[in-house]
Amino acid sequence: MDGVMNPTTNIISFDLTTTSLRDVNHYLHHQVSPGNHIDIHHPNGAHNLAVGLQEAIAVDIHGHTGYYAAGMNQLASVTIHGNAGAGVAENMMSGRVHVKGFASVSAGASAQGGLLVIDGDAGLRCGISLKGGDIVVGGSVGSFSAFMAQAGHMVICGDAGDALGDSLYEAVLYVRGNIKSLGADAQIEPMTEDDQAIVANLLEQAGFSHNPNDFQRVASARQLYHWNADAKQDY
Amino acid sequence: MTASPDNVNQRLSLEESWGYDRRMMNYIYNAAAHGLYEIRGLGAKRKLPHFDDLVFLGASLTRYPLEGYREKCLTKTILGTRFAKKPIELDIPITIAGMSFGSLSANVKDALGRAATAMGTSTTTGDGGMTQEERQSSKTLVYQCLPSRYGFNPDDVRKADAIEIVIGQGAKPGGGGMLLGQKINPRVAEMRTLPEGVDQRSACRHPDWTGPDDLTIKIQELREITDWEKPIYVKVGASRPYNDVKLAVHAGADVVVVDGMQGGTAATQSVFIEHVGIPTLAAVRQAVMALEEMEMKGKVQLIVSGGVRTGADVAKAIALGADAVSIGQGVLFALGCNRDSYIQNGEHHSAVDDYTALGTAPGYCHHCHTGQCPVGVTTQDAVLEQRLEPEMGAKHVKNYLQTLTMELTTIARAAGKQNIHHLEREDLVALTIEAAAMAQLPLAGTNWIPGQSSF
Repeated sequence: MDGVMNPTTNIISFDLTTTSLRDVNHYLHHQVSPGNHIDIHHPNGAHNLAVGLQEAIAVDIHGHTGYYAAGMNQLASVTIHGNAGAGVAENMMSGRVHVKGFASVSAGASAQGGLLVIDGDAGLRCGISLKGGDIVVGGSVGSFSAFMAQAGHMVICGDAGDALGDSLYEAVLYVRGNIKSLGADAQIEPMTEDDQAIVANLLEQAGFSHNPNDFQRVASARQLYHWNADAKQDY
Repeated sequence: MTASPDNVNQRLSLEESWGYDRRMMNYIYNAAAHGLYEIRGLGAKRKLPHFDDLVFLGASLTRYPLEGYREKCLTKTILGTRFAKKPIELDIPITIAGMSFGSLSANVKDALGRAATAMGTSTTTGDGGMTQEERQSSKTLVYQCLPSRYGFNPDDVRKADAIEIVIGQGAKPGGGGMLLGQKINPRVAEMRTLPEGVDQRSACRHPDWTGPDDLTIKIQELREITDWEKPIYVKVGASRPYNDVKLAVHAGADVVVVDGMQGGTAATQSVFIEHVGIPTLAAVRQAVMALEEMEMKGKVQLIVSGGVRTGADVAKAIALGADAVSIGQGVLFALGCNRDSYIQNGEHHSAVDDYTALGTAPGYCHHCHTGQCPVGVTTQDAVLEQRLEPEMGAKHVKNYLQTLTMELTTIARAAGKQNIHHLEREDLVALTIEAAAMAQLPLAGTNWIPGQSSF
């Protein structure tokens, strides 16, 4: 089922109150070309909206989304003009997902590439199992964020909750506000010039104007990389 | 000094303790020496109530047998008929279980794919993503979505024929994957986005959902991404299969995989392997009961795994209500796991010295976790992996699956079934009270089902 094309803007519009989720996703998978611009109205918290996109298209979602909005995104640029439910941009491979409001738990979980921007706060487990994607959060993140994060970067402009970066691998986190507590094997390290350049670049891409010098670097102490009988670790 | 008559006649006192036998003492010596639990491969080694404790009632006067060689006995198996537009069609009800590239070499994954394709059945990826080798060699490939999400990506989701969401496995229900540093070579490390050589302990919970209601939405996401084409399996390690199967069905699974505690692993704490989970025999009955109560028998298919070794095991699982089985360790043995030799260019070479170097011997080895598999099956070592030649491995696995299929149809014909899926509980009795109680079958020669009827 096709959306409605506006002849002056070339934007194709869908209304989720009249077109089914399955039809919208099918259209986004099979009937778009790079450069297309799609508007989706009245998402009303629908789950699994704009998942599995593969083309360099722009999608604007006007309202709040449910679980897994823009999940597994490739190449597309998806903007959610509202709040996002659990697992927004989960397992993103490339492209960009921008949440103008707040994001629930597991935002950007296991993302392998691309950029996730959240203007507001993110809930628990933001960036869990991160595998190379970048996440910029304008507000604060909940507890257990970046749990077992393997690669990529998280820039947190607000505060971080408990157990930040628990069991981190090679992902690097930058926090501007307070860190309630660090997780096992995460440690605060000095910011290098490279770190500042990374933070400056990600802030610019995300549209934030904070000073990179105000961020702390959190990375893995790498003490959990190998079994160690003498460490008295509870593994 | 001359020996007194008393000393000459004194016997050695060798009364072994049951509670503190030599195995237990060795366990304590090791714990005292290392301060770290044992990690090993394969499955539970203890004796458990199993399919061996059941027998079939062949046809006689009350039932009509089929000719063993002439009359047809169908083995075709269809999985994923509930929601998927493209269900899986298999020639036999015996599939190859999920085992990771990383735990197994690329040669082995290739061999499994070739054998499965030749037999018209499916293979399954594992906790490490999909390799080119297995996708190319497998006509039907099931792609696992695991808590770790190592190497999980939408391109491979679309390349897969079915997707299996792994909640747990029988060897360690409640535990995540484990792969020791020796096996994290550059290719494995890259696929999993891990530093080379780290002792990988993967997550035991999925990163983006936490319970059955979330799982419902997660399943829908995978369906949306694949335009509702591919069957979605949900795999659980057997602990509370009655509840887990009900929840998986409620969450929208097309197929439920129940893996009992005899199921294998590439590396897990032995305390986990031996002491967590329930036997496959008990799990099958519970899983089938859940499907029957939901009136989902035949709508949601059930795959049973964990210690399925023979055609008789397959037949018993199916008679108890499974639609198919999955085999992991059995195919590893078919590839030569624990044999004293490996084959190169048609000639056997002794592997005994390599078993000795690992501190074990053929027939006892469970050292998959070391990556030093003497017969080239569970290794990422560039030299050792050559010991498994894909062509030879594929031939052996195909022969094994073919043998199981012949045994399965032998039993089905003897029970008078033209289709192996017509095997039923009524065809079985139990040899032990434990098996009778777990499988809810009568003890042989009686009408007694423990917990249901009096003798």
